[in-house]
Amino acid sequence: MTPQSVDLTGIGKGFGGTEVLKNIDLSVRPGEFLSLVGMSGCGKSTLLRILAGLEAADRGTVSIGGRDVTGMDPSDRNLAMVFQSYALYPHMTVRQNIATPLRMRRLPLSARLPLVGRMMPGHAPARAAIGAAVLQAAETLQIAHLLDRKPAQLSGGQRQRVALARALVRDPAAFLMDEPLSNLDAKLRAHMREELSNLHRRLGATFIYVTHDQVEAMTMSDRIALMVEGRIEQLGTPDELYCAPASLTVARFIGSPTINLLPAEIAGGRVVAFGVDTGLRAAGQGPVTLGVRAEDLALADHGLALRVDRAEAHGADRFLSGSLVADATLRVTVRQPASQPVGEGVVHLAFAPERAHLFGADGLRMANTADDRVAA
Amino acid sequence: MTAAALTQGPAIRRGRSRAARGMMFAAPAAFLLLAIYILPIVVLGVFSVTDYQLGALSFGFVGLDNFRAAFADPVFLRALWNTALYALIVIPFGVFGALGIALLVHGRTRSRAFWEVAYFLPVTATLVAMATVWQFLLHPTLGPVNSVITWLGFDPVSFLGTPSLLIPTMALMGVWQILGFNMVLFLAGLTAIPKDLHEAARLDGARNPLDRFLTVTWPMLGPTTMFVVVTTSISAFKVFETVAVVTKGRAGAETLLFALYLEGFEYSNTGYAAALTLIFLAIVLVLSIGQTVHMDRKVHY
Amino acid sequence: MRRFLPHIVLALGAGVMLLPFYWMVLTSIRSPSEIFDVSLWPVPKQFDAAENYARAAGQVPMARFMLNGVIVCAGILIVQVLTAVPAAYAIAKLRFPGRRLLLTLVIAALCVPIQALALPLFVGLAKAGLLNTYFAMMAPFFLSVFAIFLFHQSFRSYPDEIIEAARMDGFSEMEICWGLVLRGSLPSLAAFSVFSVVAHWNDLYWPMIVVSDTALAPPPLGMLFFSDVETGANYGALMAGATLITAPMVVCFLLARRHFIAGITMTGVK
Repeated sequence: MTPQSVDLTGIGKGFGGTEVLKNIDLSVRPGEFLSLVGMSGCGKSTLLRILAGLEAADRGTVSIGGRDVTGMDPSDRNLAMVFQSYALYPHMTVRQNIATPLRMRRLPLSARLPLVGRMMPGHAPARAAIGAAVLQAAETLQIAHLLDRKPAQLSGGQRQRVALARALVRDPAAFLMDEPLSNLDAKLRAHMREELSNLHRRLGATFIYVTHDQVEAMTMSDRIALMVEGRIEQLGTPDELYCAPASLTVARFIGSPTINLLPAEIAGGRVVAFGVDTGLRAAGQGPVTLGVRAEDLALADHGLALRVDRAEAHGADRFLSGSLVADATLRVTVRQPASQPVGEGVVHLAFAPERAHLFGADGLRMANTADDRVAA
Repeated sequence: MTAAALTQGPAIRRGRSRAARGMMFAAPAAFLLLAIYILPIVVLGVFSVTDYQLGALSFGFVGLDNFRAAFADPVFLRALWNTALYALIVIPFGVFGALGIALLVHGRTRSRAFWEVAYFLPVTATLVAMATVWQFLLHPTLGPVNSVITWLGFDPVSFLGTPSLLIPTMALMGVWQILGFNMVLFLAGLTAIPKDLHEAARLDGARNPLDRFLTVTWPMLGPTTMFVVVTTSISAFKVFETVAVVTKGRAGAETLLFALYLEGFEYSNTGYAAALTLIFLAIVLVLSIGQTVHMDRKVHY
Repeated sequence: MRRFLPHIVLALGAGVMLLPFYWMVLTSIRSPSEIFDVSLWPVPKQFDAAENYARAAGQVPMARFMLNGVIVCAGILIVQVLTAVPAAYAIAKLRFPGRRLLLTLVIAALCVPIQALALPLFVGLAKAGLLNTYFAMMAPFFLSVFAIFLFHQSFRSYPDEIIEAARMDGFSEMEICWGLVLRGSLPSLAAFSVFSVVAHWNDLYWPMIVVSDTALAPPPLGMLFFSDVETGANYGALMAGATLITAPMVVCFLLARRHFIAGITMTGVK
């Protein structure tokens, strides 16, 4: 099947008085890998379930490939979903698990019945086709040798592959994934990230991927929709979210270590922090927040004074962190190449103004001189 | 139709169809619940304040007369007393006997299955048939029990011929039947006690097995014991089969349920029997409260 | 000595527990003339099993009683499962108005013994002219609130994601309920079946109320009829009858010990 677009228009949903989704509009392009990211409770899973048809929205429409599917049963939407717990049928072998979506579509009920179903005549070609499709999906995911096992006899990573194969086999309009890697250990997760990316590239299919882990979203996605309290806070490529966060919330969520945030003030078009001109220029007046990532800070002879109390080695780099001399309640982290001598005691920090982000009192990104450069 | 209504339509229809499916699945059970439980209880309440007799053409409202009559009826009061006496024998022997057996069986490893079978067998056996066997076993001249008693040099005891011995003898059969059931409940309770706890108690100086029983086992078995006492007392108040076989209610040895059976189904005093049923139900419900609390703890909506 | 003491105590107790079974079987194979022989020696002087069992089967339609028992137990169990499983699935996994009310009613009904409902049910069946029918014997038990409760407990722990995966794969709600969720609760189904069959095979109260026709009597009621016929005359035949009636449940118990113990203890409600 050629990859399909997925469009959500004006989706709203409430659970007992609380609005979980507030008027969501989202268009996923055909063949795109789009991640829905956010803290737990932001509504990302509900949105995915509404898209799948497992949950009914209170308002709005869902369309797949331009076709309105809002009231349709989940099975009629031709979507495949990979669940967090993999949701494999425990009593079926791997082969039967992968075959199920095809059996349900291609065989009538009479032929699906236990025991008697086998005797129903005239379905041999369909059965053979299903068998071949199952084998192909299993080979794609390198689980052909596991086909006759039951899910209980598989490791977490193997179950994950079976769930993917079950999604793959039906050749769906789009793949939906609900935190599929969160039950794997760290090493396997990194490996599966890579495999999922490869799979996406090979299939060219539309992937909609829900996760709370910004690293997964950043590494795999074409675009990310970052959700906060039932709204899409920002929709963009990983680079856009990282380099031009639309709000404080986005800036805090994306990137590790967490972005450094400093109180500042606009006075006469200049952005001033702790009484020092930062070199940024912005319109307006009053208090603002200055965001600088650890890698955009550097040790200097003068500038922001930091009392270092912790040095974390990360191979090629080292993260120094400590509290500001000017305000001991503020923590700041700075990245330092491991080749440099460890900064100790009180150090001074400097940053290039164009690498800094400015947020207004309302938490939204403010235009400043640096923005022009990013845009350019 | 407005555009808003158009977009809302399918979503609402979909939500409704799910709910409809749920109701469809629950409908047969809900209908039976109404027909078998709710309606009969309402009817029972209505009967209990009338002088209705099955087959009678008319009946009148008598208020609480049936209840007043019940508490003045020597037969009913005797049945109440007999049932209470029966329960007072079955509960302690049925509960603590079973606890003792469970403690002994719990310690066995290889022979445990055998003892479980031996003690549980009476639970599954048809009580009507077994009560007939007991009747024979306790026969004053033909039964082996009495031959043992005479061999020991005592006079034979007519267990089922002496009115004062009837209820205790039937209680004995009740204990015989319920021991295995309670034993299994206690075994489940004992298995649930973590082994560490016994080892900790041993390290803390509880060297005597009795000490360990009193400091660990008994307190940990508290909820199980509570549950066993409640279920035992409920089944004691429902004693019927042994009475039906052994005495047929004669010789002043009727029990609550048997008196109720006679009034309602033999004599067709429907109104009066309904009042007796409500009294019986009240007793069972009071006893059940403990059980429901126990079960409720397992239920999370 | 201390090592053997528990075994000795248990053996004595077990002797008392098993004595009635032993005496029943022994008497059923002995000649009625040995009735005064109270020894427990297992080999009778005269082996009269055939005569006793023939008499038990000849005096009253013993085979008929057993057949009635099978019909009633099977009918009750089938309808109980057919009504309780979908209801439990709906309460556990579907959202619909009245769900909590239904669950509350089910739990409340757990406390109400059937004996308390017997009178109005009897009057209703009498008015409908249904006394002395298999239907009358089975009807009050068509709904098992215990089954709903038990299956609800068990279904609740079935993973929601598998149900959702099944919906996406195109399973109907019926197929999910019977083919997936119930399959995950087979031990509960086995335990409940055992509980139900044992309870209704052994039940006397309700059949005694609605059945007076010997041809419809289930085993316990048949036993009662039989002991009335035989009043004290022939213990050999009486014990043969008792053996026949008790045997099916005892044999099943010995064959499926685990399920029996699970089934009967899951209840607490007897």
